[in-house]
Amino acid sequence: MTAVAIPARDAMISEPTLGAAKLAEYARLKHRRKIRERLIKAALLLAACVSVLTTLGIVYILLKESLDFFSHVPLWDFLTDRQWTPLFDDAHFGIMVLLSGTISSSLVALLIALPLGTTIAIYLCEFAGHKTREVMKPLLELLSGVPTIIYGYFALLFVTPMIQKIYPALPGFNVLSAGIVMGIMIIPYVSSLAEDAMRAVPMSLREGSYALGATRYQTAVRVVVPAALSGIAAAYILGISRAVGETMILAVAAGMQPNLTLNPLEPAATVTSYIVQVALGDLPHGSVGYQTIFAAGLMLMLLTLFFNLVGYWMRRQFREAY
Amino acid sequence: MQPAIHDAATLRQQQLRRIIRSHKRRDIAFGVLGLLAMMVGVLTLAALFTGMAIDGIPRLSGDFFTSFPSRRAGQAGILSAWVGSILVMGVTALFAVPVGVAGAVYLEEYAQKNWFTDVIEINITNLAGVPSIVYGLLALGMFVYTFGLGQSILTAGLTLGLLILPIVIVTTRESLRAIPQQVREGAYACGATRWQVVHDHLLPYGTPGILTGVIIALSRAIGETAPIITIGALTFIAFLPPLPFSGDPPAGVFDWLFSPFTVMPIQIFNWTSRPDPAFQQNAAAASFVLIFMTLGMNALAIWLRYRLRKNIKW
Repeated sequence: MTAVAIPARDAMISEPTLGAAKLAEYARLKHRRKIRERLIKAALLLAACVSVLTTLGIVYILLKESLDFFSHVPLWDFLTDRQWTPLFDDAHFGIMVLLSGTISSSLVALLIALPLGTTIAIYLCEFAGHKTREVMKPLLELLSGVPTIIYGYFALLFVTPMIQKIYPALPGFNVLSAGIVMGIMIIPYVSSLAEDAMRAVPMSLREGSYALGATRYQTAVRVVVPAALSGIAAAYILGISRAVGETMILAVAAGMQPNLTLNPLEPAATVTSYIVQVALGDLPHGSVGYQTIFAAGLMLMLLTLFFNLVGYWMRRQFREAY
Repeated sequence: MQPAIHDAATLRQQQLRRIIRSHKRRDIAFGVLGLLAMMVGVLTLAALFTGMAIDGIPRLSGDFFTSFPSRRAGQAGILSAWVGSILVMGVTALFAVPVGVAGAVYLEEYAQKNWFTDVIEINITNLAGVPSIVYGLLALGMFVYTFGLGQSILTAGLTLGLLILPIVIVTTRESLRAIPQQVREGAYACGATRWQVVHDHLLPYGTPGILTGVIIALSRAIGETAPIITIGALTFIAFLPPLPFSGDPPAGVFDWLFSPFTVMPIQIFNWTSRPDPAFQQNAAAASFVLIFMTLGMNALAIWLRYRLRKNIKW
């Protein structure tokens, strides 16, 4: 129909074209359109691949520089040495020292973030009215929007002096106040993910519980939380990997001196704050000191990867199907 | 006999009442606990804000915005810092928005369900969890030393662009997914190609949602310190990069991209790490400006999201 109608109309406006030529023209246009579509699709695919390339780039750089590093420093020393003095003449590379700082600061942060985050999630999901939730959720999310450098400043100049009033022996740089502030920063990550998980629990479970005469608290703790366990575990894992990767709060408020201790009342360097410390000085490209930050970065990546895998495993293990 | 049974029943009733009362008390106690837990967060935010304001506001004056950092705390300002921040954000947005939106469009509208798509998706989820300082290491090894871009605005912008890419992709996908299927089907029924559907229909409808995501992502990027320190940005910059597009064309146009720079968070870090309280006051003032910028962007995004939810009824 159209193939006949279009040449007829064209014949009235311009010089008469043969139907076959017109059809060929349309075929050409269609072909061009197809090619253009294919090009666009290729460009979009390329954009999607940037993220894969990023990962490959990270893995490549970390492995390359770390391999160089481990050709100078035996892996066994790296894992077992009890000193971390990479920039001294008598260089020691015991990652344990930095890991102890990371572990103690993360523990302090998680002791704050996990209980508070879970409580807030339960409250917002099971107790709070619609209006409270609409106001409080964005307000809490602002907590994770504050730049970490400002939290560092806050920990150093507000929280530490406050704790010093109660416990005067606390040094100016310490893991405790950095950890506390870090924990408060992590609360929204934990609470909003955990709340999403609890919200996904079907209403019928809650209704069943209420029908048996349970209170909101009983319903939350005995029905909703167990049913949402896999999601809550995922929220915890996210919180942990945030804590492990946090940098600036620790670099500003925890001091940057390597210290093999789990005592949060002392200053300590973490894996992340060590990287910052080295980057602030100017180490020549290719020196062992330069390579240490990549070895430290590799350690950090392995830690986060480990937690991601644990999270994945937990999600599968505790998944409740409805 | 009769009264004894009666007594037992009332006793049982009393017991039950007691149990119910204690359960109700526990219920209320937990409600209070929840409120207190939220108050910890909110009060911290308030303390942060007021502390910053008390220390910082006296230093905020016109001069503070128009002076370079200085060895004398009283004359130091944040001119090079805020200009640097804006230029870096520009590069970040120019990189992350097109790439992120295009990647999201591919994953949401084009991708077939196969192993390669799965790899991309898992990869994006994992990238969102990588600590920001690792991006700094990537940039140091790749952009600075392998590609030879130096410690420049371009390097910083690209680094932060990669950092926020997962956020842009995820939010763009969400807003594309929220567009009902009928829109696509209607357009296809009229003979539109896939790209025409995306370009003429999905992107315009998705724009508010995408914009929200981009603003939140940029507000995160503007406060990022660790990756920029890691690439080795200088902390003391007492000059401005050449104005964009001011150099002699064609080569000079992009001079600004390769200029050394500093950004707000680095300036704050520099001032915070000095023991002199006068500098710490500067840090408070600069923090106040930065927090104002990020929270302002966040508030804008929340407002946009709210407007969006209210206005659009498919």
